Amino acid sequence: MKPAIDWFALSPSLALLAASALALLGAVLVPVVARRIFSAFVAAGGFVAAGIFAGWVYSETPEATLKIADTITRDRFGALAQIIIAGAGLVAVGIAFGQRTRAEHVGEYYALLAAAGGGMIFLVQASDLMTLFLGLEWFSICLYILCAIEIDVVSSLEAGLKYLVVGSFGSAVLLFGSALTYGATGELQFGAIAQAIETKGIANDGLVLAGLAMILAGLGFKASAAPFHMWTPDVYEGAPTPVTAFMSAATKAVALVLAFRVLVTAFPGEEDLWTIAVAVIACVSLAVGNIAALVQRNLKRMLAYSSVSHAGFMLIAVAAASELGAKALLFYLIPYGAASLGAFGVIAARERELGERVTLDNVAGMGWERPLLGVAMWIFMLAFAGLPLTGGFVGKFYVFAAAYEADRWWLIVAGVIGTAISLYYYLAVVRAMYMRMPEVQLAPVGGSPPREALLQTSVVACFAVTVGSFFAVEPLIDLAEKAAAQLPL
Amino acid sequence: MNDWLTTILILLPLGAALVVWLLPWSNQAAGSLALLAALAEVGFWINGVVRFDFGNDASLQFEQQHTWFDDLGVSYHVALWGFPLWLVGMTVVVMAAAIAYAFWAGRDRSRAYFGLMLFLTSAIVGVFSAQDLLLFYVFFEAMLIPLYVLIGVWGGAGRLTATLKFVIYTMAGSLLMLAAIVVVGVQEGTFDLPALQSDNEWVFVGFLVAFAVKAPLFPLHGWLPDAYRESSPEVAAVLSGVVSKAAAYGFLAIAVSKFPEPADDLQPLVLALASVGLVYGSLVAFRAPDLRGVIAYSSLAQMSLITLGIFALNDLGSAGAVLQMVNHGLLSGALFLLAGVVERRAATGEFARLGGMARGRPALATVLMTTGVIALAVPGSTAFAGEFLILAGVFDQGWGWAIVGASGIVLAAMYMLRLISAVLHGQIGASVPDQALDLRPAELAVIVPLVGCLLALSVWPAAITDHIPY
Repeated sequence: MKPAIDWFALSPSLALLAASALALLGAVLVPVVARRIFSAFVAAGGFVAAGIFAGWVYSETPEATLKIADTITRDRFGALAQIIIAGAGLVAVGIAFGQRTRAEHVGEYYALLAAAGGGMIFLVQASDLMTLFLGLEWFSICLYILCAIEIDVVSSLEAGLKYLVVGSFGSAVLLFGSALTYGATGELQFGAIAQAIETKGIANDGLVLAGLAMILAGLGFKASAAPFHMWTPDVYEGAPTPVTAFMSAATKAVALVLAFRVLVTAFPGEEDLWTIAVAVIACVSLAVGNIAALVQRNLKRMLAYSSVSHAGFMLIAVAAASELGAKALLFYLIPYGAASLGAFGVIAARERELGERVTLDNVAGMGWERPLLGVAMWIFMLAFAGLPLTGGFVGKFYVFAAAYEADRWWLIVAGVIGTAISLYYYLAVVRAMYMRMPEVQLAPVGGSPPREALLQTSVVACFAVTVGSFFAVEPLIDLAEKAAAQLPL
Repeated sequence: MNDWLTTILILLPLGAALVVWLLPWSNQAAGSLALLAALAEVGFWINGVVRFDFGNDASLQFEQQHTWFDDLGVSYHVALWGFPLWLVGMTVVVMAAAIAYAFWAGRDRSRAYFGLMLFLTSAIVGVFSAQDLLLFYVFFEAMLIPLYVLIGVWGGAGRLTATLKFVIYTMAGSLLMLAAIVVVGVQEGTFDLPALQSDNEWVFVGFLVAFAVKAPLFPLHGWLPDAYRESSPEVAAVLSGVVSKAAAYGFLAIAVSKFPEPADDLQPLVLALASVGLVYGSLVAFRAPDLRGVIAYSSLAQMSLITLGIFALNDLGSAGAVLQMVNHGLLSGALFLLAGVVERRAATGEFARLGGMARGRPALATVLMTTGVIALAVPGSTAFAGEFLILAGVFDQGWGWAIVGASGIVLAAMYMLRLISAVLHGQIGASVPDQALDLRPAELAVIVPLVGCLLALSVWPAAITDHIPY
């Protein structure tokens, strides 16, 4: 029997699929001169449309319902995450536009970006182990190719390959976990799994627990939470910077939001266990990410490790397994996503200016040369460190509040220690940009520094979100609250 | 109820900072604009004093409250009352002097520089007027950001190490405070300061450590000598004069008054640390080889003395502490600016290369002498009044503490006199130039108002001590 299909609930990911298809067509039909503009425009349009549709779904969904033979959930929790992903995609397009990609790949580049966004947007509303795996592979395969798209750059190829191998391993673990869960419960749908576990009384069954652990590990790979983060620094460093920007903001958002959804809807019976597991992963991520970032000179690698530590922070919110935790997670994603897109945007600008990898040494004096990007980078670093006047502070505050409410004060301690360590390397960036002068005046490739209006606009947009989410907490947290209220907590 | 004055005091410098940053002013214009804003700030504060209802000084005045985020009960809640009013006054005066000094001395990249100074003013005024714990924390942290850059970009040769130490020390402390704020706020269901009362020891310790680093208290003063030596004179003036008072304010208005029981339990520990800091700071100040070293360590000693007063946990002690906060803010501001003036002339602050500067420089000699004599708490001076009250307060807690306090005052006389004589008297030092350049009118205009405030307070210290509702 053909199930009733709620096209409206699917509209955000369909919009991006359409954009992707159109961009691919453009790669064949549009003349070379206009190809870049055409495909970027189409991809941007796709992300805008997806964002608008997601917003519409958000406002038209007063309560969570299961759709399409119960394989997807239409709820505000997913819709809000979709809006964040769509925003991240839009900014990523803005950052990518000035990238000197090979002309023959430009159509594919944007098509894949849009398709990856579509997959992520599909994934966050998954409510079935099959749709979960489908969505995960959908966006992962797009990203594998995107990482390796600059085929004449060895590091890009290496990044793509590494991501492919490790990512596939993660997916395989997740698939195996799903199979075990299915074997134990006979169900694929999250809610049904929870019910089966309860009615059969198999909450402590070995198969279920192994399945849960492997699903958690598989999502940990995508969220680059330690100890599943090994691929992160190499891939972040090697991938084209706009792709890294998109991955650091959107992939992480998807993986964490979905992890929250799976854990609270499919495994409420094991809550005592998985909250501890998640809390431990959070602590390990905080420790590994922050300590490894201390010694990095390459900015992309440093931010890769910093993203590991932020996964740890957001997992603290997941470990709270409460409405406040869901709220904290959703809120945290907004400034975090903006700051990380913006920071990679600034790195992309510097990279194009110098024609080499950006390190702490070659950003010396950049703050004075490029005031706009410098101040923006400064703010992004403050946001990562969770200092006031940036939304990162409020996010951190909510995460701590959630941890305290869940009676896990030791997670607050871990977060505080992590933040204290992180200041060293975040401020190292500010120090390099403002307090050191370049030892040798680096001649920028091709004359004076290129000023790309689109990249700067994207960075300014990220800046506005990062700072704005500090002042306009109430409306944002209200959105997050309504979203969190629709989870079965 | 809904009076904009406090908000204006917070937002005016912030707005001016944005204007300075965003528009392409010349160096001259940026400096004048900043100075104008700082003077306007003083004007608004005077307006506030005139309109302040002193009969009712324990209640919040010029109060404003707007919800910031509702679900956790956090709001933008600012107001002025009793003693914070005077701390704000001290802040705006010292900031205006510091900005004027920087304007006169000239700083490169002056738009960035003056913008940061104004931003810092906003943050400090915010600390003294915030009536919501989280808002307080926001302002407290916001002070760090401009200071970090002000020292790191415009500081001396060792500035990078200095900023690193400064930031790591203070952030480690304030993150503990953030954890404490989360715990107490979620526990009590509100972050509103007037309503807060708690007896949670751990939370109290979180606040205590944060303020003890910022003040600093022994043994958390590791950042102090570098930060005070490497920053430019006016930033050092602000750092030791004003920023350290944010910590003392925190001790008094939050740690002691919101956590009465834990404060009582830990009183001996804090008093002991403050006593050690007082004696240690004074001794190091006495042995310090340069001007800034003396003022820096005397600052440590003075902050310890103020902490002694606060943790006497009685009216006398707090009254003395508040008076001494204002005194020390003005004094240390004036002294650091004078150190800057001397360093400009001799290109060094080392006592071995200074001396005999009184000859042919009557104005410098008079101003430095007056400031120094007030700083060593000569009877009749406002510092004497403050220190006397502190000693009287702490005497109630045991005569031993009072003896330590008194010995600190004796030591203060020793190091201040050593400073005065090493700079002004004796042989003409190797680095002192032959041309007798006295204080210029601009320098006088910057420093004399500070000294004038001190003299005025010496005449009438009760202006402050009568209005402390503790």
